[in-house]
Amino acid sequence: MPADLTLETDARAVLDEPGAPVVVFDHVELAFDDKVVLRDVSFTLLKGHTKIILGASGSGKSTSLKIITGLLKADAGVVWVNGQRVDQLNEQEMMAVRADLGLIFQEGALFDSLTVRENVGYKLYEESDMPLDEIDRRVEEVLGFVGLAEHIDKMPSALSGGQRRRVAIARAMAFKPRILLYDEATTGLDPITALTVDAEIIKLRDFEGVSSIVVTHQLRDAFYVATHMAVRGERGEVQIVRATPEKEREAEFLMLKDGVIVFEGDAEALRRCTDPYIRSFLS
Amino acid sequence: MPSFVESWSKNAALEVQEYIRLTLAAVRGAFSRPLYRHDIIEQLDAVGIGSLTVVLLTGIFTGMAITAQSGLTLDQFGARAVVGRLVGASMIKELGPVLTALMLTGRVGSGIAAELGSMMVTDQINALRALGTDPIRKLVVPRMLAGFIMTPVLTVISDFVGISGGWLVARFQLQVNSGLYWSSVRDGLYMQDVYGMGLVKPFVFGFIIVTVACHVGMRTSGGTAGVGRSTTVAVVAGSVLVIAADFFVNQILVALLY
Repeated sequence: MPADLTLETDARAVLDEPGAPVVVFDHVELAFDDKVVLRDVSFTLLKGHTKIILGASGSGKSTSLKIITGLLKADAGVVWVNGQRVDQLNEQEMMAVRADLGLIFQEGALFDSLTVRENVGYKLYEESDMPLDEIDRRVEEVLGFVGLAEHIDKMPSALSGGQRRRVAIARAMAFKPRILLYDEATTGLDPITALTVDAEIIKLRDFEGVSSIVVTHQLRDAFYVATHMAVRGERGEVQIVRATPEKEREAEFLMLKDGVIVFEGDAEALRRCTDPYIRSFLS
Repeated sequence: MPSFVESWSKNAALEVQEYIRLTLAAVRGAFSRPLYRHDIIEQLDAVGIGSLTVVLLTGIFTGMAITAQSGLTLDQFGARAVVGRLVGASMIKELGPVLTALMLTGRVGSGIAAELGSMMVTDQINALRALGTDPIRKLVVPRMLAGFIMTPVLTVISDFVGISGGWLVARFQLQVNSGLYWSSVRDGLYMQDVYGMGLVKPFVFGFIIVTVACHVGMRTSGGTAGVGRSTTVAVVAGSVLVIAADFFVNQILVALLY
């Protein structure tokens, strides 16, 4: 077996192990003209874990997600996604990386000229050779997962804000990516609808083994995702319950301020943090 | 602090560079896989069939107007009988291609800029990229092919209805014999006029209209106001470039064909 192929096989084997680093940000920097957006940002997302990025508007949270998906290129630093250095890949090469990445945009970014079915199945209809009846089954399955099966033939404009976010989640999970990135998935939603979106994030993490990065400035949602887990009841029904301490440690918080990391740790550490900026953010 | 001239020059150079990049990527995309066939057919229908009414109306009224005007002028020389010669040459060599292109700039160019601009400001273009679709192949290539193919087709239709409209005025207002009108149309044209001026120009115009609109749409920013700005820019820049290209293509074709 050629050396390159052996190395690649070894790398794949490492990435398949629980707790493998699936996203690595290493001293990443980005500036637009004179405005520094990210300054020496480093963090790692482990397989099956959740990284919650908090911060005020303009602190660089969404930009980090765009760098991971290759929608933006960092000025400096190294970014690894599933063992690939995305900072060195061109747009065509990024397509392969994106096959395992799902991004949920701030406002959903649904295709407004397509129905819910076409939106959710977009990647499968357009970019795969999967038979149509299989795609339809998958679309119905994921829409059932987010509780929107009855809206399958509606246009996005006929949905409420919360439903649109859930369709966006369904679209991102339809092709079974192992990493999901949520960009302010609950911003602008009422607390009850936001909880249904949080529940989808938890279910995907705990039932589908998805590694997730949740960008938000909604503390309530951030703590809910970090401190809850999804389990199946005796009759197979889904229940969202308080997470065990081990499960809680799988969710890490990271706080950005003006493009710089000012905190990294679990929910308990964040609650106990005495930094004045973080205290003012939490209060 | 950069001067106004410096920043304007930089912005202009950037726009030209990005336009060329987009155009080259779209041309490459048209000759390689994946090709989104149903989007191409959809765009051929939207550009071709969708623009038929406006092109027919523009063509027929232009033909009728220039026949009526030319009739008056030719009367001064006792040459009313050769009005068909003037109408045919004007429609096929100049008015048919240019007016069709201007109509398409207004209808198709504005539509493309608004559609792509809206997709841009609502993150739909980024969503396409995140889902593994190249927006240039999915959005620009079908529109470019549709503009390139349908503009000449619409121009030929416009030429025909324009000359037919001219015949109506020549026959019923100027009282010119039908046979005389049609033979005069034929006599006034060289083959180079038909395939050179009449057919080469629309290919160039169609390409310009659509690629400019796509470029402007794909660089939209600034919310709904930005979409409005892009639509205006696409129509204004497209129209000016069509007229400028008309002059340069004319010069090249005259040098090459006549």
